Amino acid sequence: MSWITGVGMTSFGRHQDSDTLSLMSEAAMAALKDAGLERRQIDGLICGYSTTHPHLMLSTVFAEHFGLMLSIAHAMQLGGATGLAMLMLASELVLSGAAEHVLVVAGENRLSGQSSVDTLRSLAQVGHPTYEVPLGPTIPAYYALVASRYMHKYGVTEEDLAEHAVVMRSHAVNHPGAHHKQLIGLSDVMSSRVIASPLKLLDCCPVSDGGAAFVVSRERTGDIGVQVIGCAQAHTHQHVSAARDLTQFGASRSLKEAVAKSGATVADADYFAIYDSFTITLTILLEELGIAPRGEAGKMAREGWFGRDGRFPLNTHGGLLSYGHCGCAGAMAHLVEAQLQLTGRAEGRQVKSPTVALLHGDGGVLSSHVTAFLERVR
Amino acid sequence: MSGPPISHRSWTSGHPALCFQTCPVCGHAWYFQRPFCPACGDLAPESKVASGHGRLYALTTVERAPGESWQSMAPYNIVLVDADEGFRVMGHGAMGLRIGDRVTVGFITHENQMLPFFEASSLPAKKETT
Repeated sequence: MSWITGVGMTSFGRHQDSDTLSLMSEAAMAALKDAGLERRQIDGLICGYSTTHPHLMLSTVFAEHFGLMLSIAHAMQLGGATGLAMLMLASELVLSGAAEHVLVVAGENRLSGQSSVDTLRSLAQVGHPTYEVPLGPTIPAYYALVASRYMHKYGVTEEDLAEHAVVMRSHAVNHPGAHHKQLIGLSDVMSSRVIASPLKLLDCCPVSDGGAAFVVSRERTGDIGVQVIGCAQAHTHQHVSAARDLTQFGASRSLKEAVAKSGATVADADYFAIYDSFTITLTILLEELGIAPRGEAGKMAREGWFGRDGRFPLNTHGGLLSYGHCGCAGAMAHLVEAQLQLTGRAEGRQVKSPTVALLHGDGGVLSSHVTAFLERVR
Repeated sequence: MSGPPISHRSWTSGHPALCFQTCPVCGHAWYFQRPFCPACGDLAPESKVASGHGRLYALTTVERAPGESWQSMAPYNIVLVDADEGFRVMGHGAMGLRIGDRVTVGFITHENQMLPFFEASSLPAKKETT
């Protein structure tokens, strides 16, 4: 098994004088310190991409800047699934013997490094350049199309979606690093302006500056170990027009594989880190993973199941919806929080002694899925 | 394949037509043009012009558009339509459409870009599907 030996991240929000390398460096320094490792002990590096620092070789650009001499280096591009896919690759690398300690890092000044129109436009390029982008869609519009069909089939309401934004914000108020820390209620979400119906402003994650990092090692470096006990992926399509069905996705397939590899099940998990770019994303993933029955994730959110003291404590840092979203590091924040929870270091957000965490990320338009189980080992 | 390449006859190159491809070997139908069948790999797919009739699969009204040019047009509907020929297509759609509606394609132009635009069908459906 591989171990997550250290984690670190910056606050998310506006970091006016930051850039990709400075945010990556800050997070990487925190993760190394947490793991008790020196730069010279890191022999593998995997980094995410950055829309504000596009480069053919971002991993070695960062390695040179940060001061790493590596045996293996990768940069990965898998949209929102990148963070957990990097975890899976890092885990495979240390298990294969290719590296001893792999630093995984991403950061981006996505908020302050470009205009919001540029961000919308660059992200919309996830669409098909010939058959979709010329129609003037946006990322929220792609997910709104999914939402319309999913809600139609399972009877999900806009209020059901809104509940998740309320829960994520109630978590973020307890994290000093969160992008949005002002409490909101259902009516705030419902009355926020429409971005692409049925999605409103507060159904969408913000665009943030930030960075996150973790170290995956062959052996543990601290007293309390967090083991990666199983990861799996599923890739079904890229473009929303090419998705066979907008009412079921690849998440159940990647979960099934991760369960087979880890021996853990959803029922075993007592902490949950689920990708939440939009409230519909979280709704679908919670239901697709079997944490909630189809059509009932919103009701369960309303009933408190996903709170710190609920049966399924979820994204206690506030998730993408409120901690914030800065690209690849966005989903990595979910992992950082899961590691803190498993090691009992989540301070005021601490869930009562969790032992197994279920993590899930998606990229594209619910196109790429990664599921991972982590386990605390004393 | 006879006639000009399909890209010359499609809305994507300024001709008011919705095109798709089918595989003579496995029968698969798809929308994004390519020189092989993505289901079975056959190298001789047939390119066709669609009837333009279908059923509305998904719908969103875009209020926050990607840039000034599009914002001037907002709000506008982006739709996914299941064409009767068995492929799915993204287009613009008339206001008031609902999921499950029978729709027919037309074409509009926005800033020199031709776009498929779906409206409620006036003709009764030949065959009911869901």
